[in-house]
Formats: sequence, C-alpha cells, structure tokens
Amino acid sequence: MGDIKNISRRGFIKGIGLASGGLVLASTTVILESCTSKEIVAFNPNLFVQLNSDGSLILLASRSEMGQGVRTSLTSVIADEMEADWSRVSVKQAVGDVKYGDQNTDGSKSIRLMYETMRQLGAATKAMLISAAAQIWEVPESECEAENHFVVHSSGKKKAFGSLVEIAKTLEVPKEVLLKDPKDFKYIGKKLPSIDVRNFTNGTAVFGLDFRLPNMKFAAIKRCPVAFGTVVKIDKEEALKIKGVIRVVEVPRVEGPFGALGGVAVVAENTWAAFKGRDALKVTWDKGGNEIYNSDKFMSAMTEAVHKSGKVRKSIGTIDNAFNKASKIVESTYQLPHLAHAPMEVPNAVAWCNKEGCEIWAPTQEPQRTRKVVSNFLKIAEENITVNVTFLGGGFGRKSKPDYIMEAVIVSKAINEPVQVVWSREDDVQHGYYHTVSAQYMKGSLDEKGNVTGWLHRFALPSITSTFQPGAKEPARWEAASAADVPFEVPNMQIETAEAEAHVRIGWLRSVINIPHGFAINVFADELAHKARKDALQFRLDLIGSDRIEETKNPYKYNTARLKHVLKSVAKNAGWGQDLPEGHALGLAVHYSFLSYVACVAEVSVAANKVKVHNVYMVIDCGTAVNQDTIKAQMEGSVIFGMSHTFYGKITAKDGAIEQSNFHDYSMLRMPDAPKIHVEIVQNNEKPTGVGEPGVPVVAPAIVNAIFKASGKRYKSLPLKDFNLV
Amino acid sequence: MVTLQINGEKHSVDVESDMPLLWVLRDVIGYTGTKFGCGKGLCGACMVLVDGNAVNSCLLQVSLVEGKDIVTIEGTTENLRKLQNSWEKLNVPQCGFCQSGQLITATALLNTNDAPSEVDINNAMVRNICRCGTYTRIKEAINNTLESSK
Repeated sequence: MGDIKNISRRGFIKGIGLASGGLVLASTTVILESCTSKEIVAFNPNLFVQLNSDGSLILLASRSEMGQGVRTSLTSVIADEMEADWSRVSVKQAVGDVKYGDQNTDGSKSIRLMYETMRQLGAATKAMLISAAAQIWEVPESECEAENHFVVHSSGKKKAFGSLVEIAKTLEVPKEVLLKDPKDFKYIGKKLPSIDVRNFTNGTAVFGLDFRLPNMKFAAIKRCPVAFGTVVKIDKEEALKIKGVIRVVEVPRVEGPFGALGGVAVVAENTWAAFKGRDALKVTWDKGGNEIYNSDKFMSAMTEAVHKSGKVRKSIGTIDNAFNKASKIVESTYQLPHLAHAPMEVPNAVAWCNKEGCEIWAPTQEPQRTRKVVSNFLKIAEENITVNVTFLGGGFGRKSKPDYIMEAVIVSKAINEPVQVVWSREDDVQHGYYHTVSAQYMKGSLDEKGNVTGWLHRFALPSITSTFQPGAKEPARWEAASAADVPFEVPNMQIETAEAEAHVRIGWLRSVINIPHGFAINVFADELAHKARKDALQFRLDLIGSDRIEETKNPYKYNTARLKHVLKSVAKNAGWGQDLPEGHALGLAVHYSFLSYVACVAEVSVAANKVKVHNVYMVIDCGTAVNQDTIKAQMEGSVIFGMSHTFYGKITAKDGAIEQSNFHDYSMLRMPDAPKIHVEIVQNNEKPTGVGEPGVPVVAPAIVNAIFKASGKRYKSLPLKDFNLV
Repeated sequence: MVTLQINGEKHSVDVESDMPLLWVLRDVIGYTGTKFGCGKGLCGACMVLVDGNAVNSCLLQVSLVEGKDIVTIEGTTENLRKLQNSWEKLNVPQCGFCQSGQLITATALLNTNDAPSEVDINNAMVRNICRCGTYTRIKEAINNTLESSK
C-alpha cells in the first residue's frame, strides 16, 4: 500500500466530518470533565480530547460500549497518534448529541467511520503540544517530537505533556496534520486490553439496570400479548394490595418505529414489587389485527409463495435457458425462524422528566435517535433533553430501538418522579423487535463438467421496512442485496422476492439479513458441490471464480481475491483434506458482510443422532485490525452467538402471541457445548471494516454442511433442536 | 426486619420475607454488582455465595439466608480475587454483564475442588449463560488460576 503515506497520512482538519453531523473539529471545544483542583488546567483542542496539566488525559467515547470494546479501540487510535501514555488515559462516555457526529452504534461501523477522524484528532493534539514545547524552548518545531506523553527535543531535553497545557491552550488548531506511518503504531494493531476490564470483573461497572437516583421508583409494564393490541379495561385492585406498589399508570401506545407499545405500568418501591404488582394486574385487551398470526401457518404460506415466480430483483443472463440445458438440477428450500436478541441485560431505562426538561440514563446504542423521539413526544426542544449512555449488557441491535426508553419517559412524566422501567426476561422474549422469519427457495443447474450454469434465489421474509412503513410486504433493496451481490461467476443468475407481511415488530439483529442469506447461499453451494461430486472447497473457489474487484458505489471495493484468501486460509488452518478423528467431518462457509470477508470451518461429529461441534476455525479480513484482541473476541463471540441460533434459536407465535418466554424455552449455548475456537486475522493496511457482525452468518451453514459430511443428512431448517440433534 | 451478613457487614432491612435476595441486594441495600438476568434461576447472572456455595439469588427468599455468610461480587475471598486477576489478564469480559455471576460460580467451584477437570468446570459453569460468548476465555481463565495456584 505505497500510496497510504502520500495521501492518507496527510489530512486536513477543517471540514472533516464524521459520516453525518457535520462535526467541525477545530472550532468547538467543551470541557469533558471539570477539574477538581484549581491548580489543574485543562486543554481541550477538540470535542474528544482533554489533556490536564497533571498529565491525565480524558478521551471521549461517542459510541456505546456493548461488549465490542469500542471505548478502548476508538480512544486508543487518538492516543496512538497523539503519542500518549495509555496508562494516563481515562475514557468518558459521550451523551447523545449531533455535535459528536453519528453515534448510532449499529451496523459494525464505529471503527470504519471514525478511524481516520480519531487519527486526525490525536495528530492535531500532538502537533499543538509540539508547537508549545518549541515555543518554550525557542527552537524549531522540526527539532521536536512527541514520545510517550513527552515532547522531546533533539538535544535530549524533554517536557511532559501536562506541563505544555498552558501554552498549548493558546495555540490555533492546525489546519493540516501529518499522520503516523502505520509501522510506528504503538496501540493500533496490538492487543490492548479493555479499559473497562477491571470494572467488569469487580461489579462496579454501571449498566443501565444499575443506575440509581435518589427517590427513584421502579416500574414494570404489562403489555398486550399481541403486537400493537390496546388496553380496553384495567382492574388494578389486586396490584395495589401488593406491599411496595405505589400506583398504576396507563402507558399509551406511541406510534412510530420506536414508539412505546403501550400497556399498563405498575410503579413500586422496588423491582420485585413492580413485577409482583404487574402480575396481579387484570387487563382486558383489544388484541387488534395481529391475532391472526400463527408462525407455522405463516411459514407454510411463505414456502408456497417462494415456489411460485416472484418479483425479479436482479437478473443476469437467461436463467430459464440455463435450467433447460442443464445436465443436473438441484432444488432446495430453507426455512429459518424468528429470533430474539435476548441480551443478558434486559431492556431498561431511567427517566426523570421535570419542568426543566428530561434526563435519561439508559443502555442505548442510539442516544441521538432517543433524544429525537423523546423530544418529539414531549414536544420540548432537544437541548432540554439529556441522554446519558450507560454500559450496555449486550445490545445485538435490540438497544438501538428506544421504545423501552420512551416507556420510562412516559411513566416519569405521569408520576413526576424519576423512574426506572425494567423489562422482565419474559417481556424481552415476548415483546421484542424480532429477527425476521424466512423461506428461501434455490434452484441451480450444473453442466456435464459440474460447473454451475444457473443460480436462482427466491426468498420471502417480513421486511424491516414494515417497522417504518406498516404494511410493507417487500424486502427493501438492501435486504435483497446480500443475496443479489453474491460474488459467484455464474453466467445466469436471478434473484427474486415474494411478499410477506409482518405481524410482529421486525428489527435488525446482529448480522441481520446476512443470517438467512448466508445460510441459504452456503448450504446450497455445498449441495451443488455434492451433486457435482466435487470437493466443497475447490467447488466454492471455482464458484467465486477469477480475481476481480467488483464495482460498488462505496469506496470499499468488493475484492474476490480477499474472499478466496480467507477461504483458503481457514481451510488450511482446519486441515481441510487431511485425516480427522473417526466420525469427525468438516464443513465450510464464506460470507462477505459489513464490508469484511469471513470464512469458517466447523469440525463436528454425529453420534446417536446427537451433534457435537469440536472445533470452529474463523478467518476474518477486516482491513486494518485496530485491536487484535477485540477482533479475536468478536470472532469467538460470533461463533457462540451463531451456535445459539443454530442449536436452539426459535421464536414462534400462536394467535399473535409469542410462545417462548425465558431461557428454558428460548435457550442459549452454554459452556459444555462451546467448541474450541481458532481465529486468524488477516493482516493488511486496507481501510478498517466491520467486526461485530460479519462473523455470525458463516457459523450455522458451516455446521450444517459438516453434519451432512458426517451423517449424510442435510438440515435445511433451524434450529437443530427441532431434529433432536442437540 | 431481616438481618443479613453480606461481605462481612451486617445489614438490617425491612422487606417482605419472600422477597428474593437479588432484589434486596440491588434495590434495597444497593449492591448492584449482582445482576438480574432471568428471574427464574436459568442464567446465573444473579449468583452469590451463600456459605461458600453459588446460589441463584433471584430465587432465594431473603428469610432463608438470615444468619448465613453471603458474599457478592463486591466482596473478597481469596479464590474470587485470584479468578478476577486471571479474568483481567485474559481480557475475558465482552459486555461484562454476566461476569459477576460467572466469577461467583467459578469461585464456588474452586472452594470445593482445587483441581477440577474440564468436565468439572463444564458441570459447574453450565449454570451461567454468556450471550457474548466468552466461554472459551472463562475456561482458560479458570485453568490459569489453577496453574498459578500450584
């Protein structure tokens, strides 16, 4: 990457914006933390950096921490460019405010969108400290450099960063800065541990659920078992008899994608009393139109729909010709259920609405969206609403939807006191924004040499669009793209969709549409390889075909060489083609999502109709690897997350109500089922791309393909518990 | 009025006798390190040590633990401290929410078994869910603790 030095290293501070929000770094400063001692002076060169005269450095994390290590990775980029001593760094969490740029911690894009800007911020701060030292010493800046929290002169004399604060404060922010050569990185590309690890192991980290205010009340809400049903009658007599219950408040339905579902809140002195009071409430509901929803019947209808021709979303060549001339045809149908996010920390939020405005403390992935919807609801200006972001006990997309925060706002406003709304696990499993349910039909043709000549992928799934536009029945363009953009060199391809209407709230869950598409594409490719009597690895490499860079609208070009590289690497790591223990077999999958390339090999055995996953090998190419340990952890986590839905994940609805309720019937993978996980991170200097999500889609198909190899049985629907395999 | 011995300190609380210990800790006394995950004893996020054994505090009526030695994640026992060091060294937590419970369960394991096999570790830790998927690191951290105690 010879051009990096010449182009990327030289950046211009003015006009640098994050993806949205128009952040102008040079002009605005805020005090991140007021100094406790009068002798300590603070230097705030930009919104994200505060260097104090005692040398302590406070860096701002604008993205939410939910286990992906973002508070460490983003701030370490600033510290690296600044030549700061990491042991002097503390991290402050930003409130929701457009001045920080896009804060939506979703879509595996925090590092991708902010990496360059964080570098610029660090480099600009360093330049100002060097200028300050040069001014004091009366030497040219070119004779000075920064090193581990000091500015050092070529003569050997040095000044601590903290001692330069007074002068640095008086300087202009440079318009142009020089970025470091990647070979000189101290933190980027290394294994910096989480800055929060100690607080996570001694119980002091404050998650939303742990936040307390004086005189704060606790509330639990009874919601209609059917999505969007409404309250007809409330009998609160029994609830009010429970010791600790204070009052019962009706929560109106608030329309909009992230509005409140509505229901009846029981406000109490503690969570236990709120839950007991809620259980004692008697509410009569008008269940509304979604009572017709039975997910079994719905799956049958979608399956029928994908066996008829659908709306063409992409077409290359002539698919019918390919099928007519085929030597062999393979057809397959895949069915995947709804999933719930089930983060270990249930949705919850503290709100305190009073005459000054509203302050919120919540585990949220999207503080700006929260501020906006609360502002719209309360009809007060955004500047009177403060959204504080706590630690998130898992998010997975659930906590990017502030419906649960709206509930806290509604209850606080009604009782005129601070309140924490707490969801029970049952609430979480039964009133979520579900990962969509899907049926996918695939048809492929092979010529006499076993090459794929035709590829038809037709699917139906209730779209996330339905959450924004009720009644929408067609997958959005982006929901079709992960099927349509499959990088296979096949002369005739057609992607079609069929209609499906949502009867529950549909939302994005870690990896989103890539879960169903990654599954169908990878399992079907394996079925074609088997039909063609070819090795699954070679067959897949042939299917991807030549080295080429696909033209895309974004600056991250889809590079098939990188895709093949992760596939070959994972096969090598897993010992593909070599002898395995008796009864063991390997299965592979490869998928590109969130602009990253991931391949997976699973090693399984099947005995007495029970599957055991022994080893899972993952290789990811996410461009510049900002934190090697975090990326490794995300791949480990993706395997476990993927295995949970491969083995157990299934949400079903009967008469509109979700049938599962807690971890006994919506199970998670546990330690005895966890395989050994082997991760390789491809090392390069490409632009950094997604990490949190792209590891998930490959896990299920790799396992299903390995089971086929081990047992000869092909499982085309999940979870595997439905087949008594786990 | 119920008197509890928590992390070596006495606490007298005026609560219903059937209130689970979890909510007494979190909402009445203010020990929020012990987490609510499921309320049904299914996930282990609420584990505390009662006389050295790991117990789901979400199911445990407070009247049943009067006079017992209760240790939460905020407390200190030798095994807990050693495990916390290993957790930190291996950077085990992701979101961190379940880790109090994981550490308490692991502490109870080491309290009764100073040389647990992999099966022993699995059998003990099966009570705790980690949605982020830190199981491999948890296991490694327990093994490292055992190694360094030799």
